[in-house]
Amino acid sequence: MDAQVHPHADAHGAHAHSPHLQHHFDSLEQQFDSGKLGMWLFLATEVLLFAGLFCAYSVYRANHPEIFIYAHQFLDKFWGAVNTGILIASSLTMAWAVRCSQIGKQTGLVICLCLTLLGGVGFLCVKYVEYKAKWEHGLLWASQYNPSHHGEGHDEAAAGDGHEDHSEAPDPSAAHAATPPAEAAAADPAAVTPTVIMTTSAGVVVERSKILPAAMGPMELAPDTTGHDLHGKEPQNVQTFFSIYFMMTGLHGVHVIIGMLAIAWVLIRSLKGHFSPAYFTPVDLVGLYWHLVDLIWIYLFPLLYLIH
Amino acid sequence: MSSAHGSHSGHGEQVGHIVGWPILVATWAALMVFTYITVAATYIDLGSLNLWLAMVIATIKAALVVMYFMHLRYDRPINALVFVISLSALALFLVLAMLDTAHYQQVLIPGYAPGMTPR
Repeated sequence: MDAQVHPHADAHGAHAHSPHLQHHFDSLEQQFDSGKLGMWLFLATEVLLFAGLFCAYSVYRANHPEIFIYAHQFLDKFWGAVNTGILIASSLTMAWAVRCSQIGKQTGLVICLCLTLLGGVGFLCVKYVEYKAKWEHGLLWASQYNPSHHGEGHDEAAAGDGHEDHSEAPDPSAAHAATPPAEAAAADPAAVTPTVIMTTSAGVVVERSKILPAAMGPMELAPDTTGHDLHGKEPQNVQTFFSIYFMMTGLHGVHVIIGMLAIAWVLIRSLKGHFSPAYFTPVDLVGLYWHLVDLIWIYLFPLLYLIH
Repeated sequence: MSSAHGSHSGHGEQVGHIVGWPILVATWAALMVFTYITVAATYIDLGSLNLWLAMVIATIKAALVVMYFMHLRYDRPINALVFVISLSALALFLVLAMLDTAHYQQVLIPGYAPGMTPR
């Protein structure tokens, strides 16, 4: 071995028997750096994936700020902040897991990965509570948007009265939802009445015209629906806010689930003792993914929940 | 072989930078403080500055996560370059879309968005 004349004999020889070194890499360091560069390239594509959604958000918010100011009151700042705290804490435990694997602390690695996984579970539980409240109040995307109450209400206020309001007009959004009350209402001869009867959270029945305001007229004739003099009334096209909300948080939630699966895989491997200071690349790369999920939430939280 | 290089492997097989736990905890504490600030700031009316303040705080938090949790500060510069290029592309998309949006603000009819109305 020492007599070899190959110029890289030493580099090869020193690590030739490392069980973790793939034969197409010169050294463990080169292998580690290559894996990490590949992961960063993947994270770059993830940034670009979310870039489209952030563009949609920005354009729509610039054109219709009143909708964002109106609709964000249906998002619960408290749960949003709780989820931010959960993700930041799980990022800490993930970074600590990487550190544990680097210094060869097996028990610490397993504990940190379990805590990170627990953080993911907590995040999804909070997300379930939030989505459930939106679902119950019809605050859904596009044609599924069929709010059960309007006005100054808040999630908690509406959760108290609990009764479903119904639309008497042949509202396409109600028909798409295919709920029995909506179908019955659509078959009603009085369905041509272009009004919506709603019950506010205070129990007051109000009737609102479904004929759109003269928004298509010249700008001078159109009522100002830009939100500056709405006095708490609902602006048009709120459903698009919820389309954006569900698309952004939904895609982020999918990433949380994928990240949890990856962490579970790393956890199983760490229980089998696969990782050591010489080989911890999977822990490191899964950690990078999890931190990116945290990173995206850091922007989603103020953009969706903290609209002033 | 492995025994002959036993002392060597301690240095040679150790790859990557180990971030000390005080730095990790300090990063977490800073992130929590900034989260508190960004929530508290929404209760103060700063006009359009509210959005910019929230974005500046979010960017500081993101920088902390990227530099310390994701090791980018200690990493090979090529990884930072890849990440910065992706952020540049994001900035390009946003700026072009917002330039276009700003251009059409004058001719928008308030409250009228036919493509978005499901009726």
